Amino acid sequence: MSDLLSTSAIWTMVVGILAGACCASVGCYLVLRRMSMLGDAISHSVLPGIAVAVLWSGEFGGWPSFVGALALGGLCTLLIELLHRQGGLSADSSMGVVFSGLFSLGVIIITREARRKHIDADCILFGLIEAVPLDTVPLAGMQIPRAVLTLGAVAILVTAVILLLWKEFKIVSFDAALASAMGLSASVVHYLLMTLVAIVAVACFEAVGSIVVVALFIVPPATAHLLTDRLGTMMALSIVVSAVAAVVGYILAAIFNTSVAGMIAVVCGMEFALAVILGPRHGILSKMYRQFSLSVRIAAEDYLGRLFREEEVLQGQRPAESVPTAPTAGVLIDRFARRYAKQAGWIAQQGESTVLTQPGRLRAEEVVQSHRLWQEFAGGNLSLPADHRHEAAHRLEHIISPALRDELAREIRSYDHGDDLPK
Amino acid sequence: MKSPMVHVHDVTVAYHRKPVLWNVDLVLDDPRLIGVLGPNGAGKSTLLKAILGLVPIASGTVEIGGKPLAKQRRLIGYVPQRESVDWEFPVTVLDVVLMGTYGRLGWFRRPGSKERAIAIQSLERVGLVDLAHQQIGQLSGGQQQRTFLARALAQDAALYFMDEPMAGVDAATERVIFGLLRELRAQGKMVVVVHHDLRTVPSYFDDVILLHRRLIAHGPVASTFTRENLRKCYGGNLAALEMAAEIVAASAPTK
Amino acid sequence: MDYNTAIVLAGVSILGLTAGSVGSFLVLRKRALAGDALAHASLPGLVGAFLLFERRELFILLAGALVSGLIGIAVVAILSRYTRIKEDASIGIVLSVFFGLGIVLSRFVQNRTTAGSKAGLDSFLLGKTAGIIAQDVLFIAVVAGFTLALLLLMFKEFKVVTFDQGFARAQGWPTVPLDFCLLALVAVNVMIGLPAVGVVLVAALLILPASAARFWTDRLGHMVLLSAMFGGGIGIVGTLLSANVSGLPAGPVIVLSGTVLLLFSMLASPRRGLLAKSWRDFWWARSIEQRCLLQEIYEETERAGGSPPTKADVVHRATESWALSRLVRAGWVELQEGRVRLTSSGLVRGQEVVLGSRLWQAYLEEYPDQAGPLADLSMESIDGILPVELVTHLQRLVREQGRWPALSMGEPT
Repeated sequence: MSDLLSTSAIWTMVVGILAGACCASVGCYLVLRRMSMLGDAISHSVLPGIAVAVLWSGEFGGWPSFVGALALGGLCTLLIELLHRQGGLSADSSMGVVFSGLFSLGVIIITREARRKHIDADCILFGLIEAVPLDTVPLAGMQIPRAVLTLGAVAILVTAVILLLWKEFKIVSFDAALASAMGLSASVVHYLLMTLVAIVAVACFEAVGSIVVVALFIVPPATAHLLTDRLGTMMALSIVVSAVAAVVGYILAAIFNTSVAGMIAVVCGMEFALAVILGPRHGILSKMYRQFSLSVRIAAEDYLGRLFREEEVLQGQRPAESVPTAPTAGVLIDRFARRYAKQAGWIAQQGESTVLTQPGRLRAEEVVQSHRLWQEFAGGNLSLPADHRHEAAHRLEHIISPALRDELAREIRSYDHGDDLPK
Repeated sequence: MKSPMVHVHDVTVAYHRKPVLWNVDLVLDDPRLIGVLGPNGAGKSTLLKAILGLVPIASGTVEIGGKPLAKQRRLIGYVPQRESVDWEFPVTVLDVVLMGTYGRLGWFRRPGSKERAIAIQSLERVGLVDLAHQQIGQLSGGQQQRTFLARALAQDAALYFMDEPMAGVDAATERVIFGLLRELRAQGKMVVVVHHDLRTVPSYFDDVILLHRRLIAHGPVASTFTRENLRKCYGGNLAALEMAAEIVAASAPTK
Repeated sequence: MDYNTAIVLAGVSILGLTAGSVGSFLVLRKRALAGDALAHASLPGLVGAFLLFERRELFILLAGALVSGLIGIAVVAILSRYTRIKEDASIGIVLSVFFGLGIVLSRFVQNRTTAGSKAGLDSFLLGKTAGIIAQDVLFIAVVAGFTLALLLLMFKEFKVVTFDQGFARAQGWPTVPLDFCLLALVAVNVMIGLPAVGVVLVAALLILPASAARFWTDRLGHMVLLSAMFGGGIGIVGTLLSANVSGLPAGPVIVLSGTVLLLFSMLASPRRGLLAKSWRDFWWARSIEQRCLLQEIYEETERAGGSPPTKADVVHRATESWALSRLVRAGWVELQEGRVRLTSSGLVRGQEVVLGSRLWQAYLEEYPDQAGPLADLSMESIDGILPVELVTHLQRLVREQGRWPALSMGEPT
């Protein structure tokens, strides 16, 4: 494990973190604008640009390949738009067509020249993050990897642009029509964003390869979107998620002696899976829990309602017997419902039978009243047929607030109703 | 001569060579509440979008205050249909309302305390100030609509275009919204509203625009919202016609 | 042509043929990128199968690929259905994470085994047609035969599911199983494409021929046939190119020839092609403009009791003055001292145009509810579109309203 703290290990992780930060922050807009696959398309399409630049300048990296890649990124965006808008292809087909065509072109150029120039197809797909510490530039008395400098510069650029255009990116992502109507041109902002995507894709390409660029563009923002409801927080969280992926991915790759880039993508996926399952508000578990507790509450209130109606019918002659379980709810939910009612102090055990306590009776009255109000409302205002009203009322009685109940009562006071409201 | 606020001159809009709006000629002026009415697919939303430059116009011109639209965008407030945005977008109610001030700020400038004050004030006017820091997805349909309205208020425009602000809101919200629209008119603003519910037309609007692919009638409610015009617009659809007759009859004595 | 090239050619053309036909449904169902996700998601299964069984038989590897590809697609469906993650992001997540996992696993293989077998797995990334042997072709042919048979057998069912899910469900078709069946066919075809074209580009083999075919026909049957032919064609062209020019990898060349075919179709197709369409759109707009202008001149003249309007009255925009010059060239109007005057043939023509427009107007006013979807105001004349009795009725109406265009030209004032 000691080599995890070596200079080269740390530099590699720094590159991973920087690449992640660039991709994840820009990726937030892609995910929110439902353009995730445009990130994928652009990061594949920059290849021929890089390839041509390599042929021309004779070396990988540097300004020529940056410019070439940027041009191709722009071309890709334009072509997709053209094929979709003018050509009448569906949006996803046009993306698929453009990126596979451009990517193929890139692969062909590279394979043809591979014997003369030292670049090959593998490093395009999953990059050479392991080789990052080998290519250094002296700076301030230290040997700093060139990738760190490039990515650092891009990270600064991305941060600057996002801060400067925070409001523009936000409004265009949320409501492009409004932005256009206000005179903040949505298409200018769109192309700015796509340029940023292309710049980031090119810069990260060399280090982590196109597939991991895609993973970093999409997975961390999607993970963050499951965890928060604020744009700023989402962006910060997605940067954290990608940084964790970079560090943990590197460590796991070192332990299992496998591809760092692939491992970064896998760790991103694991973080995403965790968020899907455990997310506090939108996670599957918490959704199931909320669903369950709602069912329990409804079952408990139904139970109260039945006890109450029983009491009404019996006119207090003797305490109500325990009513058979609800036909709708399951055994488990019923058991929890009874416990819920007992803990809330709504019911009490009196010898063999269950009776309503005073607070329980008040609550039951509310429930029954809501039910009848909804029934009336459904009949009068929604004109549901009589045999459908009960069911609708049955579901709605639990979601009514006191204020709404009063309003309903006012609303239907004019109608005559057979079933008198409890006083 | 003073140029009218909105001059739509012979506008035709076509999607895929199928005309949606045909040769519409409209002059709107003065602070009035104007309802745009017509059956489904009549081109009501398209008319709004054409005026706002959001759809390409096949032929004709639109002028705002005698100048082309591009120079006058700041005069215009727009409330799009509620379904047009993703309500799971990670922004708060206040953020959305603040967006109303973006047009005035222009490029690069960030909203400051002055804009926040405007946004809060707009939220107060629609009664949502307590929900300012909620995520928009947690609001009810009526509250979402009021958020959009607050955003339009924050725009502080001279004329407003609203695309079905009453769709899917409860009666209480509808009354609140119309209270606000009257307030806007009282401040000397023109408000153009795409509307669906014929029953409320006479009580809500000053003018109506009856539209069905082409302009059928435009003018004050009393003289334009007539049975004959409604028949021209909605056709032999009996239910609609009977209802229209009732409304016209009911509103006639008060006019 | 030597034996090896013939084998490869046979394999790739069969592959292209079926991929093209299945791809038609994928493209029409707007699932092109789902196919891409499926292809990428197959990598870990492919490598995993090798790790598990330590064998290199194509069948075993592709079975593994099929399993993980389908898992990937299922994850996409679950994510977009049960979480707030939208479909595009779900596709991106599955695509990149599964692919990353595949790379991680393939390094395990690389570490564990000798260099020779490593090269075998690597060829699945970008494809390697040269490695195709007679046995593989047989395998491809069997799968292809099965696919085509199923497509023929269930053509009607797939058609209805592809076109309109809701309708199909209402008609009692088992849409979910059918949809799954279609997706399984796609998956199987992606798998047999992997050895030749590779994980990264195989989806293009399904998308390209179908998208190109779409430009040439509006009928599903024709489209499937054409797409199959395109698929086989680009397979053959790509293989021959790569066999005869050194250093051209077959997979990318096949995809690139598909792209060229698509771009050509998009530009040159006579009905839906870009060139023909923009040409037609341009002249359509001009003819509408010309007609509107003629109508305006006619009506202005009518309003002024026969005296011609000035040019400034009717021409507001640059394109309108161009339209005016075309009217002049057609001999329908003449310019006299800044006034626009209808000629005698222009009067006849103008009357036609104005009458057509007023009949439409009357139709819309009289029957707005049915006219809504029916009325195409860009059509000049109402005859032939509406039934004869209706036209007679409308003509009477226009006459009764006194709106029948009957302008006679007075002497120039």
